[in-house]
Amino acid sequence: MAAGRRPPPWRDVRTLAWIFQLAVVAVVVAVVAWLWNNLQVNSDRQNIPTDFGYLDQPAGFPIPSNPGFRQTQPVSAALLEALRNTLRLAVAGIVLATVLGTLLGIARLSRNFLVNKAAQVYVEFVRNVPLLGLLLIFYTAIVLGMFPRPDESWVLALETPKIDVGPVHLRSLELTGPIGVFNVRGSSVLWYEGRNLVFVLVVVAAALAAWLVARWRRYRADRTGRPARSGLYAALAVVLVVVVLWLVLGLGGTAPLIDGRRVTGGITMTPAYLAALLALVVYTSSHIAEIVRGSIQAVPRGQGEAANALALSGFQRMWYVVLPQAMRIALPPIGNQYLNLAKNSSLAAVISFPEITKITELSIANRSPAVPSYTVLLMIYLVLSLALSAIVNLANRRLAIVER
Amino acid sequence: MSDVLLDPTIIVPPEPPRPAATGPGDWLRRNLFRSVGDTIVTLLAAPLIGYVFYRLGRFVFASGRWDIVEDNLALFMVGRYPRDELWRVGVALGAIAAYGGLLAGHVHRRQVEAGRAGPAVPMARRVGDLVVRMWPLLLGVAVLLALTSTPGPSLVTLAALAAALIGRLLGALLGRRWLLPIVVAGIVVPIALVWLLTRPAGWDDWGGVMLNLFLAAAGIGLSFPLGVVLALGRRAGGRTDSFVGGVIVAVLLAGPVVVVLVRRRFDVESVVSWALPLLAAGLAIAGYRTGRRSTLPLVRIVSVAYIEFFRGVPLYVLLGLGYLGLRRFLPSSAEPPGLVVRATVVFTLFTAAYIAEIVRGGLQSLPRGQTEAGQALGLTAVRVTGFIVLPQALRNVIPAIVGQFISLFKDTTLAGAAIGFLELLNVADAVTAQEQFRAQGLFAEALTFVMFLFWVGCITMSRESQRLERKLGVGTR
Repeated sequence: MAAGRRPPPWRDVRTLAWIFQLAVVAVVVAVVAWLWNNLQVNSDRQNIPTDFGYLDQPAGFPIPSNPGFRQTQPVSAALLEALRNTLRLAVAGIVLATVLGTLLGIARLSRNFLVNKAAQVYVEFVRNVPLLGLLLIFYTAIVLGMFPRPDESWVLALETPKIDVGPVHLRSLELTGPIGVFNVRGSSVLWYEGRNLVFVLVVVAAALAAWLVARWRRYRADRTGRPARSGLYAALAVVLVVVVLWLVLGLGGTAPLIDGRRVTGGITMTPAYLAALLALVVYTSSHIAEIVRGSIQAVPRGQGEAANALALSGFQRMWYVVLPQAMRIALPPIGNQYLNLAKNSSLAAVISFPEITKITELSIANRSPAVPSYTVLLMIYLVLSLALSAIVNLANRRLAIVER
Repeated sequence: MSDVLLDPTIIVPPEPPRPAATGPGDWLRRNLFRSVGDTIVTLLAAPLIGYVFYRLGRFVFASGRWDIVEDNLALFMVGRYPRDELWRVGVALGAIAAYGGLLAGHVHRRQVEAGRAGPAVPMARRVGDLVVRMWPLLLGVAVLLALTSTPGPSLVTLAALAAALIGRLLGALLGRRWLLPIVVAGIVVPIALVWLLTRPAGWDDWGGVMLNLFLAAAGIGLSFPLGVVLALGRRAGGRTDSFVGGVIVAVLLAGPVVVVLVRRRFDVESVVSWALPLLAAGLAIAGYRTGRRSTLPLVRIVSVAYIEFFRGVPLYVLLGLGYLGLRRFLPSSAEPPGLVVRATVVFTLFTAAYIAEIVRGGLQSLPRGQTEAGQALGLTAVRVTGFIVLPQALRNVIPAIVGQFISLFKDTTLAGAAIGFLELLNVADAVTAQEQFRAQGLFAEALTFVMFLFWVGCITMSRESQRLERKLGVGTR
């Protein structure tokens, strides 16, 4: 074939490729259009609306965990309330699952036979069992089955000395009540009181202080050669900043109180929330434990041996050599587990925890059209997943090895 | 001390080697009491673990009321399947056992022919190894048989064992040229069994473990072709670009979300008329980005949109949508699909997205040289994919696919909660509502039994998959 002369269109790969794609897209569009058309025809025939106007209709059902919600408020308000519940479940779940999962993963690598085997049995059991089963067991057999009646609640309390000396402000640091109260009707844990924004600012200030102090200690260690102990100093800085801000801003806390048959004060958790949280945390932490274990074992042995050759202590070897490399390997799968946890929160609907899936089911039972309701629900989950993936990808990119 | 290290004239005699640790005292010292911290941990953990085991043992053997499980065992196993047709289930079990044995025998013979089999091991030792390897499954079968009151299930188990043995012996006789018939049988036999089992009353009476297994197997089997197609589509004509995925999903979401938030009263035609131009613009951007590096951007966009959608959404919600809404998407003249069909459709569509990602991982793990070698030999793109790329990629991801099957098996419990099937977990719900067992807090027994069955199934599959992974050498080559 002479150079530069293209084959005729019916033999040219590029034309054929485009024809193929257009055919595929045409088929997909035709199928979607057919489904869409059926939906329209069926909905018109049965007089079911396909618009999103149902969102403005009154809800017609109460939300058990939120007594402030009235039945006459629109469905969209119910959905927002439910979204708040979902986020509460997801965020708490992610934090607790990470902590527990990391501890379990490290326990799986312990040389102590008991600890190792106990963690192994736990992980091998929980990973091979459906989440819905765990959820039902936690709800029926444990939270509703084993928790005591309100008048015999389990109370977790600490005896703290009274702070009588000094300015009156200092008393706000005193524990006026128990740390946690647990019974079959609801549980409550000590929590801060006040606007969320203030709390966030305190956390940010503490984190900033910790980072600055750590940097200073490391700089000082480089200059003088004395141990940095940046972690210790950073922790001290956090405590100091939190205490100072607490006193200066006059923040307070609320302690749980047993008020007859109810629990008030603190942050209250319905039995459904507690069961859902426990089930999600237990399930996800077992997966995270395996990921952590796998990622630490995936770091080449030579790294640990090199650390030993440099006379680094066990802790230093872990902290400076093994864990940073292990975290890089572990972050994408752990991010995936976070996504799974957020999506698995939809199962809490089975035990009637008022999160978005349950609210959608309730509103459909109250005459909202099914397909638009589920469309909105699916969109909310997609946005949640996307947001979580974006955060994880960002963290991933920061940690990724910069290759030359 | 430093003299010893620095002065070469001082010779320190080597220490005699420490005697090898053999006795139990040494084992205890090494594993439980290695250091002070270790000892403290052991002393704290041992009573706690002992207490947990004590409570569990007491529940299982003494205080638990297991008659709720014994009386309803058939319900747990096959749901409301007509009791006089249970012989079909027995036949199905025997057929599956026989086919499994056949496959095992054939694989063993291929290994022997290829010289990959290990040294010949005496039969007793092999049986012993098999028992050790399959102890959860054997425990599960033993527990089930202990709970039965009739001899029927024990006979069926023995028959299935015999069928497996016969299959194994037969399979060892079949050589290489029997591969195609065996694969074809692997597709034909399940279809025939499904036909056999649905003869009396169709699908809607199925329940128990049988339903879970069927939904999982149907889901994986049917989703496989779609998943492979999606994976190939996602990689169509060039290297992958995660930016494309992000743009597509963002555009697909942004349009409707903005419209819904801002103009809720709009009906769907108006939403579409707003969203379509936005969508077209977004696709144009994504297409331009990918078009520069690929020859099939539209196919890739469609695949990515499908995969990212189904991976971002919980299965429970999709099942609810399938249950309530599937009928609306079909012409009203068609018969409304049965519950099992709806569930299978949702499981298939959902699993296809995950299989697509797994297969994509497998495709990416192949060196590009394989495709280039195929092209150098003059094979068309279809043949390169079918004969060179796919066999290697699929072989590499078999463990991941088994993992997905295990996940799907556990997720079939969602069908019971969302659609109301009498699958295994739902049966536990149903039996505690029966008259003689109501309101006695027997949920714990029923749920423990169900969880035990799931655990047996999943851990057996998981361990076999790990073993297969080790034998295939995935990740080490």
